Amino acid sequence: MTDRRLGGLSERLEAGRQRLDELPRWKADLVVLLGAVGLTYLVFGVVGLLSGVSTNEITGFLYTVTFFGAVFGLLTLALNLHWGYTGLFNIGVAGFMAVGVYTMAVLTADPTGSPAGFGLPIPIGVVGGVLAAAAVGAVIALPALRVRADYFAIVTLGFSEIVRLSITSGSLRQIEFGDTVYGTGGGSGIRYTPVDSVVPWLLDLPGIGVAGDTLYGIAAAGGVSQSVVNRLLYALVLIAFVVVCYLSLQRIARSPFGRILKAIREDEIVARSLGKNTQLAKIKVFALGCGLMGLAGILWIGSRSLATPESFMPIVTFYIFVALIIGGAGSNTGSVAGAFVFAAFLWEGPRFLRTILRANLDTRSPPTIYDAGVDLLAADPMPLVGYFIGSLDELRWVLIGVVLVVLMIYRPNGLFGDRKEIAAAVDLSNRGGGSNE
Amino acid sequence: MSITGLQTRLRDLSIQEAFGLALAVGVVILTVDLVRLVAVGELAFDRLLSLLWNGFVDSLYIGLAAIGLSMTYSILRFANFSHGDLITVGAFSGWTVAYLIGGIGAAGFGSRLLLDADGGASARELGMNVVGSPLAILLGLVAAAVLTVLIALAVDRLVYKKLRRAGGITLLIASVGVALTLRYLIAIVYTQDARGLVASAPVWEPAWLPVGPINLHELTLVGAALALIIGVHLLLQYTKLGKSMRAMSDNRDLALVTGISTERVITATWIIGAGLAGVAGYLIVLDRSQITINLGWFLLLLVFAAVILGGIGSIYGALAGSLVIGTTINLSLVWLPSDLNEVAAFTLMILVLLIKPEGLFAGVETA
Repeated sequence: MTDRRLGGLSERLEAGRQRLDELPRWKADLVVLLGAVGLTYLVFGVVGLLSGVSTNEITGFLYTVTFFGAVFGLLTLALNLHWGYTGLFNIGVAGFMAVGVYTMAVLTADPTGSPAGFGLPIPIGVVGGVLAAAAVGAVIALPALRVRADYFAIVTLGFSEIVRLSITSGSLRQIEFGDTVYGTGGGSGIRYTPVDSVVPWLLDLPGIGVAGDTLYGIAAAGGVSQSVVNRLLYALVLIAFVVVCYLSLQRIARSPFGRILKAIREDEIVARSLGKNTQLAKIKVFALGCGLMGLAGILWIGSRSLATPESFMPIVTFYIFVALIIGGAGSNTGSVAGAFVFAAFLWEGPRFLRTILRANLDTRSPPTIYDAGVDLLAADPMPLVGYFIGSLDELRWVLIGVVLVVLMIYRPNGLFGDRKEIAAAVDLSNRGGGSNE
Repeated sequence: MSITGLQTRLRDLSIQEAFGLALAVGVVILTVDLVRLVAVGELAFDRLLSLLWNGFVDSLYIGLAAIGLSMTYSILRFANFSHGDLITVGAFSGWTVAYLIGGIGAAGFGSRLLLDADGGASARELGMNVVGSPLAILLGLVAAAVLTVLIALAVDRLVYKKLRRAGGITLLIASVGVALTLRYLIAIVYTQDARGLVASAPVWEPAWLPVGPINLHELTLVGAALALIIGVHLLLQYTKLGKSMRAMSDNRDLALVTGISTERVITATWIIGAGLAGVAGYLIVLDRSQITINLGWFLLLLVFAAVILGGIGSIYGALAGSLVIGTTINLSLVWLPSDLNEVAAFTLMILVLLIKPEGLFAGVETA
């Protein structure tokens, strides 16, 4: 009986696999991606419920995963456009995000605030931020494209540090202009209306207002507050941005322009000798990617009400790098998948684990690891466990570092295998009809 | 050159040359302005001298780190982003040994082992300065070198050895992973709190010298760094090992054909590079007293700037580049506020990369 049922299950799995195989590669990837996302939510939810974490915490956790999955997804897509498609090794992501966010902040901040802004509506601020990031990207690209890949990396890192040090600097903190004091606010940052306030504003509009009231009403009946509804709607907005970006990038990748990019990555001299203007293509694609990084920064940092230089440390760039490498550089689907896996398991996963452990274990954390070691010698391992739980943020970084090294040694093409799209329209290396895998 | 020749020359100027010309003009204008400032007395001569001296001191520890970075760049052929964290490893491991030896009886073992993480071993009570506990500080210096070398060799065995055939970018990404792992392992043990480890520096005021009081910690830094730099110079120029290292970074295949063992040269590279980086970290803390887990990471871009300015692969270039960077971050204070001096250094680095990607001392590979 069980055998037959199992047999039926495996048959159905087999049938499903065949259906997947018949789909084009990227569609199959998409199915796997959505399945993995759903499964992750389910597993986290069930594990959380079983281990006695409160429903509120689980919802909060799933929201955070979605939020970071989406913003990292946007950033990873942008970086993939630079590195995965064109081979431009940009490690200044944080700097381009900072340009976007600070431009948005200055454009939309309250004119009476300190530092003051121009008080423009949020959409103008967002567009302005994206354009500023793209423009700065184009300027950086102009000369920097002449240098080697590893030098290019150092130039972009240097640029992102220049941006961060400049916005931190006291000399740009306050710039008097007539009677108003503009500026970056230095280390204490600049305040503005967060971009996610667009959601309640939209729901307040005359036409949609009715729908908004109904939505709030339904939510209130289910015991969910308005702010939670707003956050969930903002997460949906983010997902919409990811989908739109994904589809447009997918389209670019398949266009003649996309083929030039891939040709540059494979061999720039060949592309140039075929009469392609590779310099122009590189500048365009660099500006496009930087604009997207600015947008992602605005959606991420801009949804807080304060931007400080602290949010743009060079390490932010490496979050995105790890996400891209997990997914496998060179494929948009891989980028989004990598960003989600990074957000769920490396970014929020350890925190979730800590919540579970704290709910179930007595984990007082001793002040130093030495005290924990002394207790360990006295045959009490709990203080050491408590210490490690207490220093989970550091442990998470160790984990990220180790994952990066292990991936580079064993799976340099990403966790999901080689997804790199070839430059030619037809796979010239695969004429025998056999599969590569 | 005739006027017409100059005109054609100017007309044919490439972007690169135009940038170069602009940079040269900028340097000339700043030099003239500097002379003017001193001449009209807006900048005291003493202040100029102290800025230059600080630039020299900064360039020494940047230089110690830059030698190692340049060597790994030319022999292992990748930009090692974990080099900054080797500096941090040296600072923490060296000072742990110094505290363990120097503070016996003055503070608890746990507090000394974790470098005052619990506030139980203050530098002042332990008398942590070169006069108060010279032996501890000297042994700490040696330990910084030895322990950093051991860590670097272990990392090479675990990570880089498996990637010998991989491309430069793969190795670069792996080195970022190594950097994060090292830095946050240190953070788990020693905590992320910044703290001062060294008691205020004793000064020496010899009556027979026409200069002001000499900071003994700075003097130790200068002495130790100069001795090590001369040592590396002698090693590279006059030993067989040095010759094979130079051969290897000049032309790897030719070196292999002549029977030079790659692995032995790579091991030697790590020993020298990591040892110098560790000592640099230790000496920085001796000079500034502050220690944090980001010590080396924040320094790394300056070190990269020095290596790139000097031209990758040439240790004399790296030293000259360090001198330029050290002077830039201090002398720029004449015109810029103190929180923008690194911006000046990074801008200089980017400009040089654009004008002369092969570095200011190009063509002198590993000479």
